[in-house]
Amino acid sequence: MRILAIATRVIKELIRDKRTLTLMFVAPIIIILLLSVLFSANSTTNVKIGTVAVSKTIRSNLDNTKHVAVKTYDSKKQAKKALKDEKIDSIIQKKSSGYSITYANTDSTKTTAVKMAFKNAVTEDTMTTMKNQMGTMKTQLQTTASALTKVEQLLPAKTRAKLASQASTPKTTTKVTKVAKTKVTNHYVYGDSSTGFFDKILPILMGFFVFFFVFLISGMALLKERTSGTLDRLLATPVKRSEIVFGYMISYGILAIVQTIVIVMATIWLLGIDIVGNVFNLVIINLILALVALAFGILVSTFARSEFQMVQFIPLIVIPQVFFSGIIPLDSMADWVKDISYIIPIKYSGDASTAIMMHGAHLSTLGLDIGVLGGILIVLTFLNIVGLKRYRKV
Amino acid sequence: MTDSIISLTHLVKKFGKQTVLQDVNLDLMPGEIVGLIGPSGAGKSTVIKTALGMEVADGGSATVFKQTMPNRQLLSRIGYMAQTDALYEALSGRENLQFFGKMKGINKKNISTEIKHAAAVVDLTEDLSKRVSGYSGGMMRRLSLAIALLGEPELLILDEPTVGIDPALRRQIWKELGSIRDEGRSILITTHVMDEAELTDRVALLLGGRVMAFDTPQNLKKQYEVPTIEDVFLKAEGVQS
Ligand SMILES: Nc1ncnc2c1ncn2[C@@H]1O[C@H](COP(=O)(O)OP(=O)(O)OP(=O)(O)O)[C@@H](O)[C@H]1O
Ligand SMILES: [Mg+2]
Repeated sequence: MRILAIATRVIKELIRDKRTLTLMFVAPIIIILLLSVLFSANSTTNVKIGTVAVSKTIRSNLDNTKHVAVKTYDSKKQAKKALKDEKIDSIIQKKSSGYSITYANTDSTKTTAVKMAFKNAVTEDTMTTMKNQMGTMKTQLQTTASALTKVEQLLPAKTRAKLASQASTPKTTTKVTKVAKTKVTNHYVYGDSSTGFFDKILPILMGFFVFFFVFLISGMALLKERTSGTLDRLLATPVKRSEIVFGYMISYGILAIVQTIVIVMATIWLLGIDIVGNVFNLVIINLILALVALAFGILVSTFARSEFQMVQFIPLIVIPQVFFSGIIPLDSMADWVKDISYIIPIKYSGDASTAIMMHGAHLSTLGLDIGVLGGILIVLTFLNIVGLKRYRKV
Repeated sequence: MTDSIISLTHLVKKFGKQTVLQDVNLDLMPGEIVGLIGPSGAGKSTVIKTALGMEVADGGSATVFKQTMPNRQLLSRIGYMAQTDALYEALSGRENLQFFGKMKGINKKNISTEIKHAAAVVDLTEDLSKRVSGYSGGMMRRLSLAIALLGEPELLILDEPTVGIDPALRRQIWKELGSIRDEGRSILITTHVMDEAELTDRVALLLGGRVMAFDTPQNLKKQYEVPTIEDVFLKAEGVQS
């Protein structure tokens, strides 16, 4: 009963704070739109490709592609040095077995651009080869045909008739060079084929928005309750400390659900991004994350004396979450760096959301992520309920 | 003293190195208004907060309704008004009253009559639908008092309730406090307005971390050989410094 009254009150206050509300829903959409433009517009990216032992036709095909420049190197070593010095964005090397392509991959749009350009160049090359071969075949066929006619006239009439019936299926002995599908091996200096794509950061970004806003707004709200004295007044009534915390959880949980739905809808409708899994599952994950953010917000607010001090916690609590969330691959980093990522809530929500959005994972397969988030949530909530003892001893 | 509502004995309270309350003894009987006066910073608010269990005492004991504070269940029988207004500014006056009413555990049936009555006492009936952010300072103070009055608590603890309230309304509020006392309920009130101290049943003068004098206004005036409580206050403070 009291829990609900607190939740309704908090929601009422939130709804009346129009500016904050607008920011919560509009800011994520604007940022997502901006990012999608940044990450998917590859038409204007200029790329430089270094080639080693690549045929002239492919080179000129590449060179003719818009926004692509080609530089030829004598050895792989030279090319690699150029790649390292950022003079070129990738190396295409012809090997006996096929092509080996190395991408710097620091900018995924460039990687995509190189892949596209190379594919087109090879296709064009194959087409030209095929055209040439067709031409040769044609002349060969013509010569064969005229030779045959000559031979035919020398043959007796009976054999001639027999031959005519077979003429529709002429057997040519011309050796056709089979156009094998070009074998391409890709190497990435940085990350892998899926690094940095907008699709990949979207789930993390969504978690980030939920976390950031819920953390900040709830922290501020609780801080205000404390500094304005309403918390004291609240605690001067027989309300339980846990009822206050749970009341806040309900209201901010609802807020996070709405925010997640808005962000998901915006990504589906405005960006046309496919979400393989169930949107409902996504909402659940973000709801848990929001409750974790709320718990963080309440906890941190007790250490802040003013709203300005609350803001100072953003670099400490929120920013590291982004770095360790999986946006930057941590595989190659030192062990202790990897260890930090195990206590980063956004990492788990990001992993889970990625699995849902890209692979259609069901909640039941995301036990680990949900479990860890739930664990963090329980610990923090407990700390908060106990922490309110600072303001009332019972 | 057996049936006292509030009983503070040898109460000690320190903030860091500063000892605010050295030895405070105070009791409040049913159907009594006790005024707590003393210079600013004497520790009046601290006495109240310690009695309510919002601060832990460093020594001595505080019992309310014969039970040691802090005690959560007892809080439903106490109406507390803090020195700061402590209102939700985004909500209207009525919503504030409703919210705190629910927190106090007033049952649904009575809540609207309770609100009506409390609002009438502080003359806020007309402005209940307004958001608190649009209230004047005095209106906020009145709303804060109305919240404390909700639920007809047996004990009212009011920390400077009449600051910024006009004389006519102040008189009305004191009339209400009088009738609350006549119902047998008790009130502990702090004030800097010495005229109000005259209206209480007993006055406690807090000075130097101790209750220097605790008696009826008449007896205090006699004791200090002065015509008003204000003179009592000034004389006591003069002796102290
Ligand atoms: N939370 C606190 N931390 C540290 N010191 C405090 C705290 N609360 C009060 N004090 C100190 O205790 C002393 C008494 O404060 P208190 O608020 O009880 O005074 P008061 O008698 O109510 O004064 P006023 O009439 O101005 O309201 C002051 O010196 C104040 O600085
Ligand atoms: Mg005070």
